[in-house]
Parts: sequence; structure tokens; C-alpha cells
Amino acid sequence: MSVETAETLDPQIIAYIEACRKLPHPESYLMSILHRVQGRYGYLSQAHMAEVAQRLQVPTSAVSGVSTFYHFFRLQPQGKYAISVCLGTACFVKGADKILEAFQSELGIELGETTKDGLFSLENTRCLGVCGLAPVVTINDKVYSQVTPQQVPEMLNRLLAAEAKETAPTA
Amino acid sequence: MKTINLEIDGLPVQVPENTTIMEAAQTIGIHIPRLCYHPDLSIEGACRICIVAVDGARTFQTSCSTRVQEGMKIQTNSPEIRQARRDLVELILDNHPRECQTCERDGQCELQNLAYNLGVRERLFEGWRKEFPIEDSSHSVVRDSERCILCRRCVRVCSEIQGVHNLSQLHRGVRTVVTPAFESPMSDSVCINCGQCINVCPTAAFLEKRSTEEVWAALADPGKHVVAQIAPSIRAAIGEGFGLAPGTPATHQTVTALRRLGFEAVFDTNFGADLTVIEEAHELVQRLKQNDRLPLLTSCSSGWIKFLEHFYPELIPHASSCRSPMTMLSALLKTYYAEMKGLDPKDIYVVAVMPCTAKKFEIIRPEHRHENGRPYTDAVLTTRELVWMIKAYGIDFTKLPDGDFDSPLGFSSGAADIFGATGGVMEAALRTAVETLTGKPLAKLDFTEVRAVEGLKEATLDVAGMSINVAVANGLTNAKTILEKVKAGEKPYHLIEIMACPGGCIGGGGQPYPPDGHYVLDREIYRLRTQALYTIDAEKTVRKSHDNPFIKELYDKFLGSPGSEKAHHLLHTHYAPREPRGIK
Repeated sequence: MSVETAETLDPQIIAYIEACRKLPHPESYLMSILHRVQGRYGYLSQAHMAEVAQRLQVPTSAVSGVSTFYHFFRLQPQGKYAISVCLGTACFVKGADKILEAFQSELGIELGETTKDGLFSLENTRCLGVCGLAPVVTINDKVYSQVTPQQVPEMLNRLLAAEAKETAPTA
Repeated sequence: MKTINLEIDGLPVQVPENTTIMEAAQTIGIHIPRLCYHPDLSIEGACRICIVAVDGARTFQTSCSTRVQEGMKIQTNSPEIRQARRDLVELILDNHPRECQTCERDGQCELQNLAYNLGVRERLFEGWRKEFPIEDSSHSVVRDSERCILCRRCVRVCSEIQGVHNLSQLHRGVRTVVTPAFESPMSDSVCINCGQCINVCPTAAFLEKRSTEEVWAALADPGKHVVAQIAPSIRAAIGEGFGLAPGTPATHQTVTALRRLGFEAVFDTNFGADLTVIEEAHELVQRLKQNDRLPLLTSCSSGWIKFLEHFYPELIPHASSCRSPMTMLSALLKTYYAEMKGLDPKDIYVVAVMPCTAKKFEIIRPEHRHENGRPYTDAVLTTRELVWMIKAYGIDFTKLPDGDFDSPLGFSSGAADIFGATGGVMEAALRTAVETLTGKPLAKLDFTEVRAVEGLKEATLDVAGMSINVAVANGLTNAKTILEKVKAGEKPYHLIEIMACPGGCIGGGGQPYPPDGHYVLDREIYRLRTQALYTIDAEKTVRKSHDNPFIKELYDKFLGSPGSEKAHHLLHTHYAPREPRGIK
């Protein structure tokens, strides 16, 4: 997994870990520390998890176990385009699972992962409250309504085209 | 302590409070079937096989984790309970490969035995089966997660007994898998290669990295001079693999078996152990005289050395620079013995039979290579692998005549035999070091005060007017306790023996799976194996390493003196900090 990380954790997080270490059962603050790391960096890198393990003196394998057990933790940075497929009841009965499969096969990644070029990441979400538009997909802040699996390649192609334009050398 | 009165299967039982139902049932001869439970590890309650009916409880209760209460009425057997247990095993089998006949654990698998005992005679479910690649990056331990039943015994032994915490369960639900942190390969983890995960695994999710194929190939190669050496603790345990009672010494049958397998010469790792004693005692005496880098930490146990490099790199200067007895002997086989026989060291193939999986990693360390680029030791077989080879070859081990080791690297003192037991290296070193320091022969050779059968022991010895503080630890959680004391400067320790595996080498990760009536980590089986070694020691006429005439000859003819430049080159090594860093 290729991840870019700062060399060491944010000093505020380090101070928080130090404070936890002075409390009874410091290991019980692991979740809270990981939430702060994810809040600051958007995801949990291996380097950061290893640093948390060392600073808190909790086995690295345990940190790894916790971070993979809870779905909330992201183990890869979000892509430039964060795709989120609603799997709430209404979207699901309208075939959201098929849309998710289409994104997975088009991008070659699983839920919670990010494409190697860092452009796309894939997540699911619960009900967004716009069931009338079901099935719904959001990409960053934009909502796409009544999406079909057939539309998925086109949606991605449009984003790639925009991306190519953006990075093309200006004339 | 309060006594609790209860009833199990209509029989009155009295046990101390805090006893579990499973333990209480055991006191009246009821063996409740179990799978994830292990008496020396924390209670898991994951497999649910040990369920019983408790009067008044809505559902069946796990007897391993439920404590007795006054007036409890318990039923351990009924058609419903038996059916429920059978269902549970069928569900485990549903997600388990159907490859019993080709599995290394066939016939010795706890899951297989349990399925048989509970009367599982057909496989009713055909569901989704988990798929994981075999993880064989390690030189010692191979992990096959498809065979894993998630009992977490390996996770528990790695954390609770070894303090290594390499393994954990990652992910959840059907994707749950036991791996090192970040699903790193075992070769890139803090794994110390001790193999205790293999020992406690009820199936074959963990196995040693097999070396039998390469050894068969070497034996069949007419261009190779294939020789064997066997570690002290092999003789005390190998018989178990052939149905002999635990603790039956089988030194001489093992030698004969190895000759029949085609080894041209069979040597004794004990000779290397005697040599280790001389070199290490020399090192200890030097350090005591100069008050230099004390305590001296023993260096025979490969698992412990890798632990030192990952977890306590700051204590590396304290470790003895002595190579392990195995590597010392191999180094001599490719130099001293090669010269004696007029052989090119490249043509000598050294197979070491070890109770240990960590030795498979030790031999590939670049420090342990001959100047011709080949490792000093070409292959390591565990006791289990040798048992299998002997069976595969059609040798009836229990009917073999006695055989003797080849000379001169096959003769050893009793001090070498006890290397296989906890406190043995310490005791052997003391027999030599104390005589060196006092200049007088010892009146009593047995240092029973350093035999740490309980895992950790400390003693203070009065030697030539000096108080020598020694400590012995086996199982690395115990080692951590003593190393933290060293770091805190609590007491001026002089010599500390550390063995990675509980009980010492006799409890190594490559020893036979325990026979019926015993379990892995069973102190009783360790006691019997240890007893075999002390009996061999007591029956020998030469019981001190420095009295071994062939060791004297080796120094006279080849090495010079203990600690000489040549001895350093061939018998000593160095260590370096290792990543990833372990959590203390």
C-alpha cells in the first residue's frame, strides 16, 4: 500500500497520547487516539498507526486489529474524487448494490480503498435523506440521482476528462 | 477460600469459589469437549463447543468461562447438548478445507478428533468457503489461514506466554484473519520464529517451514557428504513420536535411525554445547573481572536472540557473543572436521535436528556463513520432521539397536545434555566458571536452585568470596520481567539465562505434538522430558564441559585457547537492532 505521511504525528496528538499514558488503562484510549489521527490526516497510515503503537505502548498488531475491525477507520487516503454509494433501504431496493459493483469493477478497488493514482476512493453511506432521487451516489459534494450501473463508466470518464483538461499544459 | 456446592449430572461436587464449570466437572472425571480452551492461556469462549445446560439459564452456557455458583445444577450431556455441539463442529468444518488425508496434521488434529468423538459423520453444509493464500515468507513458520478456525490460541500464546504480540485478528466477520500487524508477511514482522503458535494450533493453520524435501535430496546426492547433529532435547522427546512414554531417553536409537536414513556421520550438538560452555564461561569470567557489560545474557536460543534484536536492542551489548551450540558445531564440521577428513567444505551437507523452528531462521543469518558463501548449517529439521522421515522410510524406531555418535565431535559431558532444559545452560556454565574462579573442583555439581520449572527463578551464589546474582527465564514474558529489572538497575545481576520457549528447548516449537493424556505447554510433559536429560547427565562420568577430553584436544590442535582469535572467528557472532521494533 503506498501512502504518504508526515514523518511524525502532529504535536497535539502526541501531547494527547502522552496525557493518556498518565491515566489508568492508557490502552483504553486507543480508539479515541485513532479518531484524532484520522480527523487530522483523513485516514490511518501504517506509519502513524505504528507510531501510535510505540507512543502508547500498545502492540502494533492490536492497533492494526482495531483499525480493520471498525468500518469508520479509513486505511487509505481519500481520493481526489470521493465516491460514496448510498446503501440505505430505498437506494438498496432500487439496485444500489449493482451500482456499487459497477464502481468496484470499473475502478478495480474495494470499498474503503483508493485507486493507485489517488484519484478515486470508494465508500458506502447510509440514507442521505433524498430517497425520492434513489438510487443516489455522491462524488465529493455533488449528488447524482437515479443512477444506473450502465451510467457508471460515463460518470468516471467525465471526471477523467475534466482531470486531463486540468492537468494539460496551458497554451 | 469459600467452598461452593453444586451438582453436575446429578453428582454432588465441592470446589473452591471461582472454579469454572469445566474445571469442576474435571474433578469428578467428566471431560467436557472443548476446542479453543487452553488451560495455560486466557479464557476465550469463542468456539462454544464446551456448552452445558445450567438449571434456570435460558441458553446453554460455555463451561470454560462460567464460574460455579452455590446450588448450581448442571447437565453436561443430553441429546440436545450433544446435537448442539455437533452442529457447532459441522459449522466450523463447513468453512474448513476438505483435505484431511493430505494435511500434515492428519491423525493428530484436534478438530478432526473432536469431529470424530462428537459423532460428526457427514458434512451437511456446503457454504461459502474463505480463501487466503498460504503465507510462507518466514523461514520458520508457515501460515495457512484457510485451515484457521479462529480459536485465537496462537494470538494468546504469542501475547501472553511470549510477550511478542505479533499476531492479532484483523477485519471482522467472515473476513476475519489472524496475521501480524498490517497483514505484513511474517518475515517482515516482530515474529521471533519460536513456533509456539504451531504447538498450540488445534489444526494445521501454523506449521514449520518444511525442510524434509531438501534433506531427502541431499541424502540421495552421491556428491554430498551428509552429516547430522542432534540437539540435547531431541533425545528426550523423539520417542513420543513413536508411542514411547514421555521422558523415555532415545539417544542411541536416534543415532541408528539417522545412519539408516543415510547420514554418513552422526554428531552430537552436545559437543557444541560443551564448547559453548567453555567460551561463555571464559566470557563471563572476563566480564566479572573487568566489571564489564554485566549481566551477561546467554545466546543459545535463536528465538530469544531475535526477540532481543526487536524488543531490547539497548541490551545487545550484554548478550554473549557465542554462537549457538548448533552453529558452533556446524562451523567446526566445515573446518576442523573437513580438514581431518580431507573434504572440501562445499561437499559437506550439515543437517541439524532441532526442537526448534527458530533455528531454521538462524542458519540463514549471513553471520553464520562459511567463507565459501554456504551457510555453516545447510538444513534444520524439527523433531516432528525427523519423526516423519523415520516413519516414511519404514524404520521401526522402537526396535532399533543402539548406535553411538561419531568421534570426535560426538562426545559430550553431562553438562551439555542439560542444555535442553531450563536452567541447564546456567548450570553447565556455573560448573565451569565456578571452578575457574575458585581454582578448586566443585563438591556438588547440581545447581538445582537455577532450574526454573516455573518460568522464572533468581538465585545468589557465593563463589570465591563473590556474591553472584543469577536469573533464569523461559517464555519471553518471563524474560521481559527480568530484563525490566536489569534496566531499572534493581539488582546487580551477573548472569542471566534466557530461553524463548516455556520449559526451555524441551518445550520448543518443533517438538512432537503431545500424546494422549498430555497437552501442549503441559508442565508434566516438560518435567518428564527434563527428567530424561538430568538422568542422562547424572549417569555420565564426565559431567563438566572442561573435562571433555575431545574439547581439550580441539583447543590443543585447532583453536588455541578459549577466546582466541580463531575461536572468535569460528565460534562467536554479533547482533544488530531489527525492525519493526517490538512493544515491551
